Amino acid sequence: MKKWIPAILTLVMAAWFLGNLSVPADKDFAYNDFGLLPVTANGRVLPMDSLARNSLLAIREKQTLNAEPWKGWNEKPRIIPATEWLVNVMMNPDVANDWPVFRVDNPDLLSLLKLPEKDIAKKLDGKHYSWNQIQPGLAAFDKESERVEKIDSANRTAYENAVGKMHERLTLYTQLENAVLPTDAQDWPAELAAYEKLIPEGVAAVQAQQAGSAFNTNYFNAFAGYIQRFQFMAGWEPPLILPPNGSHQQWRRMGDALLDAPRGTPVDDAIHDYAKMAGALAGNNPEAFNAALRDYRSTLVPTQTQALAKARSEVFFNQLEPFYGAMVIYILAGLLAVFFWFNMSETLRRSAMWLICLAFVIHTFGLVYRMVLEGRPPVTNLYSSAIFIGWGAVLLGMILERFFKNGIGACVSSVIGFITLIIAHHLAREGDTMEMMRAVLDTNFWLATHVVAVTVGYASTYVAGFLALIYILRGVFTKTLDVDTGRSLARMVYGIVCFATLFSFVGTVLGGIWADQSWGRFWGWDPKENGALIIVLWNALILHLRWGGIIRERGLMNCAVFGNIVTAWSWFGVNMLGIGLHSYGFTDAAFKWLILFVGSQLGIIALGLLPARMWKSFQAKPGQTPA
Amino acid sequence: MIIKKIVGFLTSLRLTVVLLAFSIILVFVGTLAQVDEGLYGAQAHYFKRWFVIGVDLFGHKLPLILPGGYLIGTSLLVNLVAAHVYRFQLKTKKIGIQLAHAGVILLLVGQLATDILAREMQLRFVEGEKRSYSESATDYELIFKNGGQETAIPATLLNPGEALKISSLPFTIKVKTFWKNSGVSFRAPMMKSNPLVASNGLALNFDFSSSDEVKSMDQKNIPTAIIDLISPAGVLLGDWVVSGWTGDAGSIETVTEFYQSQVGAEMARKISGQLAVPQSLELDNKSYVFVMRPARIQHNFALTLLKATHTVYPGTDIPKDFRSRVLVENSATGEKREVEISMNHPLRYGGYTFYQYQMTAGEMAEKQGITPSSVLSVVRNPSWLTPYIGCGMVGIGLIIQFMYHLVGFVSKRKTP
Repeated sequence: MKKWIPAILTLVMAAWFLGNLSVPADKDFAYNDFGLLPVTANGRVLPMDSLARNSLLAIREKQTLNAEPWKGWNEKPRIIPATEWLVNVMMNPDVANDWPVFRVDNPDLLSLLKLPEKDIAKKLDGKHYSWNQIQPGLAAFDKESERVEKIDSANRTAYENAVGKMHERLTLYTQLENAVLPTDAQDWPAELAAYEKLIPEGVAAVQAQQAGSAFNTNYFNAFAGYIQRFQFMAGWEPPLILPPNGSHQQWRRMGDALLDAPRGTPVDDAIHDYAKMAGALAGNNPEAFNAALRDYRSTLVPTQTQALAKARSEVFFNQLEPFYGAMVIYILAGLLAVFFWFNMSETLRRSAMWLICLAFVIHTFGLVYRMVLEGRPPVTNLYSSAIFIGWGAVLLGMILERFFKNGIGACVSSVIGFITLIIAHHLAREGDTMEMMRAVLDTNFWLATHVVAVTVGYASTYVAGFLALIYILRGVFTKTLDVDTGRSLARMVYGIVCFATLFSFVGTVLGGIWADQSWGRFWGWDPKENGALIIVLWNALILHLRWGGIIRERGLMNCAVFGNIVTAWSWFGVNMLGIGLHSYGFTDAAFKWLILFVGSQLGIIALGLLPARMWKSFQAKPGQTPA
Repeated sequence: MIIKKIVGFLTSLRLTVVLLAFSIILVFVGTLAQVDEGLYGAQAHYFKRWFVIGVDLFGHKLPLILPGGYLIGTSLLVNLVAAHVYRFQLKTKKIGIQLAHAGVILLLVGQLATDILAREMQLRFVEGEKRSYSESATDYELIFKNGGQETAIPATLLNPGEALKISSLPFTIKVKTFWKNSGVSFRAPMMKSNPLVASNGLALNFDFSSSDEVKSMDQKNIPTAIIDLISPAGVLLGDWVVSGWTGDAGSIETVTEFYQSQVGAEMARKISGQLAVPQSLELDNKSYVFVMRPARIQHNFALTLLKATHTVYPGTDIPKDFRSRVLVENSATGEKREVEISMNHPLRYGGYTFYQYQMTAGEMAEKQGITPSSVLSVVRNPSWLTPYIGCGMVGIGLIIQFMYHLVGFVSKRKTP
């Protein structure tokens, strides 16, 4: 029986993971099908499903909308999937504007917007508010937002950051509202038809007015009204809804296309189809909505074959959520690996390894799938660096476990796998994780060499650091660290520090060479460069200290733990300075976590510096304390 | 005995360790300092120094003395070379480690050479323009032209109170005021309220004033000086204002853009056009035209910008590509060929490397109704190859060493 436990556990988790793929079928409106439509946003073609999830993440910090946030989870609040939310924001604002989608945490911002406090009876959770609830406070907010925009992001207070973030959220929401139809439309299909009918007379009236001759004021005013509304739509620079067609090679914004109509470009089928969908949605007519959606899709099949296929594969990826699945399995494996040290049950260790293998397969699948979707090497931004660092560390841990079979590699794999994926999970809130690369970064060669080498350097430095953590924690608090385990840990740490030195050095110098190729200087003392250099120097320092016999086993461990701090500084810390060429994405929350992390590592180093007689593990056999 | 001690010290691993530790501290502090001092300021304060005395972090002064970048770099170099020479052994076991250290030596030497020899400049041209010189991005010079003869005085010599007598010029230049960074504004005809900063030339139409020095990489200090010119007999010929605002197309474009929003494009061009009019002085029937402009380096070849392309991702402002099509002409070699310079694809020519730097082209230029222009960053760095070789040596060395250990480790485990 025991023999089968690892396999059974793995099968159960694999089944749980694949369960993600069974998405509840559409009941009436075909929202899932709508999610498969391609659209262009952030400079790339993506499915509506991704646009919906990314926008919801940015606005609400979740990939779904809880329409009744005041209810506890056990009261079954109504959960609205991302695409359903997006469809309503874009085409049925009367409904969407009542959904509590904006997350507001900052107390000063809450009072600036005069938002009501938590009150279950009034259906308020004190955190999530709808557009309609925020609307009255917008005049006061805009003034503050204008003031805050002039402040350097590095010098902003927490409240000012919240204002800046809220401004971005409101802008994004407004962009989505203006993507398909004017927000003030009452009956869009009818208004669109009226506009089309008005075009000849309207153009004539405008031409007459410009020529200074008599013109029909009714036509002129009505036509000018439409133009103004469409200019307002286009002015927000919303996502590009309309695919290329016979007369246009590029994706177009709905507002721009409507403005083009009087210039002789006819209002095309796509515009009509979207209008029909909007009409059906407002009239609560699922059949009409689904029919219009089918019509629209059928026009895309011959012309946008590639975009449709790409959208479909991305939606599959979104639904699978491989990194989330892997993260959950890593936690489970980590728990098993830690328990193993206490009862030394081989079944536990093997179960942990089986689960790590499963999680690693899912992790790898996600990583490769993303690379293929993007057509890029694994690391393109902070988000993907977290995923790749985790992947590399897990692989290293698995190799160690294969050699030493003492549960340590398994523990390192699962813990680092879990932590890096949870970091990635939080970084994904910043927006589209498959954003386009700016001109200077648009080079797969350097992304594949410099960036990958540096991230492998990060990953291996972390692996060394976590091995050392295990050494110190087990040694100080348990009696399980015997001399042999201690020695083998020291050998592992030493070997991995060598490995880390190699990769961080090569990665850093390759970065210099890239800089030489694109800016004409090999080394510019940019914060991110400096961060990487410190990792190289630190690893080199550990090696020299060890060679010189200045540090031994415990010293090596303490140094390796400090390597965690050095790496965290290079990975996140330097970005928080808000300066230099690599300063992308700063969050207050991240700063708090960085401080906590550094503090915890310093605490562990302090433990590591305790005299050997205070270590539980070394007490049993005095005289055998590792020198 | 003493020699042995010195050799022992210079080759010691402990010295290496101390130097590495100091370099980590220096790099860390030098990174933090960039928040206050800017990239260039921190570089000068920490890295291009022998000693760092006094540290400013987040607005706080700390009484610290650190070895500077030069001191650490040189010491590491000495330590490495000494250890390398002293302990050199030709053994398979050591080849990797020795190769890696030789690579580090080469990297250090290369960086030192770069620091001394490299020069960084810029070349800004609009489509159709032919250029045979590059300009400094930070340094200015005051130029006096008399017929074909040009005299250049670096702006760094223009210290207030100083009287400069230069052999090729018949007059003395007395510096009244020098501002490292300055602003310029047009004296509107109806509102001449401020007193004139000088009584001749440009100052009649423009006000200049001192500005705070800027430190970040994407901002630029534009100096202005007020000078008296004094004849050999000691007679004051008049005072003038000379300013970096007048001497290059980039800053004149900035002024145009500024006034465009206030008085419209046509008026703005007129205003900035006046700024570009050179000032001159007549003395002994000779005319001296003078202007303050970015310091120049003359090339013996010419580049013409044929086309500047700037593409963005659809529906966004995210730049996808910058690209300059350039005609290279060299009368000495008879070359006349077209090349394309883009991000990550520089042109290496005549000992210089030309990198795509900034660009005003594409939709943006169209909207503003200006001729597309491109800025190339120009670098002369004779030691540019050293990092490539050094990196290769260290990489290979570490791999050899690493494989040596790994093979040992695996075979040891297999035969317990």
